[in-house]
Amino acid sequence: MKPSLKTFLAGAAFALALTTSALAARTDLTLGVALEPPHLDPTAGAAAAIDEIVYANIFEGLTRIGPDGSVRPALAESWTLSDDGLTYTFRLHDGVKFHDGTTLDAGDVVFSLDRARADDSTNAQKGLFAAIDEVEAVDDLTVRVTLKQPSGAFLWNMGWGDAVIVAPESAETNKERPVGTGPFMFDGWAKGSAVTIVKNPDYWGDPVALDKATFRFIADPAAATAALLAGDVHAFPNFPAPEAIPQFAADPRFEVVIGSTEGETILATNNGKPPFDDLKVRQAIAHAIDRQAIIDGAMFGLGTPIGSHFAPHHPAYVELVETYPYDPERAKQLLAEAGYPDGFEATLKLPPPSYARRGGEIVAAQLREIGIDLEIIPVEWAQWLDQVFKAKDYDLTIVSHTEPNDIGIYAREDYYFDYHNKAFGEVMAELDATADTDARYALMRKAQEIIAQDAVNGFLFQLAKHGIWDARVEGLWANAPVQANDLTEVRWKE
Amino acid sequence: MLSYLLRRTVIVLVTLFAASVVVFAVLEIVPGDPARLMLGMNATEDAIDALRRQMGLDEPVIVRYFTWIGGMLTGDFGRSYTYSVPVIDLVRERLVVSLPLALMALALSTAIAIPVGIFSAARRGAAADAGIMAATQLGIAIPNFWFAILLVYLFAVTLRLVPAGGFPGWQSGLWPGLQSLLLPAIALALPQAAILARVTRSSLLDVLGEDYIRTARAKGLPAGLVLRHHALRNALIPVLTILGLQFAFLLAGTIIIENVFYLPGLGRLVFQAITQRDLIVVESVVLLLVATVVIVNFLVDLAYAWADPRLRRR
Repeated sequence: MKPSLKTFLAGAAFALALTTSALAARTDLTLGVALEPPHLDPTAGAAAAIDEIVYANIFEGLTRIGPDGSVRPALAESWTLSDDGLTYTFRLHDGVKFHDGTTLDAGDVVFSLDRARADDSTNAQKGLFAAIDEVEAVDDLTVRVTLKQPSGAFLWNMGWGDAVIVAPESAETNKERPVGTGPFMFDGWAKGSAVTIVKNPDYWGDPVALDKATFRFIADPAAATAALLAGDVHAFPNFPAPEAIPQFAADPRFEVVIGSTEGETILATNNGKPPFDDLKVRQAIAHAIDRQAIIDGAMFGLGTPIGSHFAPHHPAYVELVETYPYDPERAKQLLAEAGYPDGFEATLKLPPPSYARRGGEIVAAQLREIGIDLEIIPVEWAQWLDQVFKAKDYDLTIVSHTEPNDIGIYAREDYYFDYHNKAFGEVMAELDATADTDARYALMRKAQEIIAQDAVNGFLFQLAKHGIWDARVEGLWANAPVQANDLTEVRWKE
Repeated sequence: MLSYLLRRTVIVLVTLFAASVVVFAVLEIVPGDPARLMLGMNATEDAIDALRRQMGLDEPVIVRYFTWIGGMLTGDFGRSYTYSVPVIDLVRERLVVSLPLALMALALSTAIAIPVGIFSAARRGAAADAGIMAATQLGIAIPNFWFAILLVYLFAVTLRLVPAGGFPGWQSGLWPGLQSLLLPAIALALPQAAILARVTRSSLLDVLGEDYIRTARAKGLPAGLVLRHHALRNALIPVLTILGLQFAFLLAGTIIIENVFYLPGLGRLVFQAITQRDLIVVESVVLLLVATVVIVNFLVDLAYAWADPRLRRR
């Protein structure tokens, strides 16, 4: 062999080895997210965009929610519950460090929970902590939480992003520079552009496969499509352009995963306002709604019809879609019985998301069939919250309720549905006092049936989660039991 | 000239004051509580009240106006409700994207439009002129976001020459920065160039019809010299007006383009701030844009006065 050829071959082999090892070891990931979070502290804001970046990646709580919606241990490696159901004793993992090097101990847990439920707290989900009476540190790694009354949902509540454990040293600056205990550390935030997180070398748990992840903010549907196609973004866990999904499904470079979210999309009804205070009118509306037509027309066929306010992927879900099947004739009859043979006029206030704006047009057309003439009023989110949600100044609106397990809102006295049913309230109270899983599921089923029968709202569909990613990426969640992009199991296939 | 300057300056100041009152009043009237929006549907009333106090929203309107405007005058633009960082920092971060983008687009459109306009005017009625007029008509009619999407699909998705969007930041180098601004600048520049070319052409044709041009020609000056020396400077006045307006438009009106290319620019900041009810950001940035427009117009007026001495005496 000539020396020059030998050199060439050796060089080629070396180059090949380098490239293949580089390919095998790909450890960076760029994700597209539609909205930029206002800040990065999940304990001080309701924006789902915060949890989409920090949940399970940067911050951890005592418990955490898994991809199937189950409650799992996190910073608490184990816990015990007293017989009266009032005292939880959490055992913390040993050797957990915050990203700034400080050690996690029971004092941090006491601080975090007390801070979240303090009078001047701006925690958006203060209700999660309402059952807590006292939090105390037994020793460095043991925390005792005493409740005012038994709360079946307590462990689940502690798994929310709003209940993550923060340190007193860094709590005030978490909005800008989040310091948690998670497997990733905050690296940088180019405002308006991207947030970057990097692997935490001192993580207490299983190390993650990715060295670096970048969350890029791309709100525009056309831009999101182009970014994926051009390879600028490797994954869009919540892809904002359902109309482009068939294009990706047909492309072997991409994997399209349609999952379920916690978003129950409803035609929310002002039950306190005539004529909607009449059960027959609400039943008429329920019969007049063709859910599949709305899903096809507004969501490009993506979404699951629902008949009550509960997520179909939940173990306690009851199929109630046929409580009031699509039947315009029956709807007209019910309207006539209620005293509106010629129908009536009402308003439909629609917030900005396309499920509401597009779905609203279809709902209005369907209700017009039975004589209910809706005036469509588009509103901004801020207006929606002020007028509809707070002041109850509305007849009908379309909105997706994305909080997990939130059927309890129907029991709230002052909620914007203005729904009052003593029997329902009793079921919910019993549920809150029950810790046994099977008993809880039975009560949840009962609750679903009551609000379905009462046709409190027009139940439309469960929002789908449209995930699109590079086919070589694995470990992203298919469903969204919480609004998170948990990257702990994400890796490039070799 | 001095009294002209003084008069113009007073007008600028009055305009800015009026604008600040209008901007503030309009945003105060628009319904929507920023605190409630930030904390969302499940928030309790006392959490919302606590946040309102933190953001200073519990103060009377008049106090807040003077705090805001007083701050603006001393360079303190307040603190963003949502990002909770000083507004001036946000604006500065965004300007390093929006300003080069606007300038690139402006330079590009001028570089295309003026020669094209002159060329077209010099060949009035010829086939080339008709072709250019048709092309500019098309350029005006095509929405720039649509054109932007076409550019992305051609150069980023199909040819993979440039990224589909985003901005790497100037710290990653001049070339990557410029590269990511190139397509947006083209998308912004072409419709502007079309307008500018038409204005240049018609303004030049108007001037070429004037008596002094006929005189110059009658003296036997070559056509090129007449065009360059006698016609062009006078024809520039309407062109300057359009340029001034375009600069303001480019700076404020890049919202759509910045969305298509997900650029972290000023337009997107305002858009985001409006949807999040980040009032202080909207108020400050809008006032800043108004000030820019007013000042650019002021400079354009001065440029007129330079181009046409008769205007100074008015």
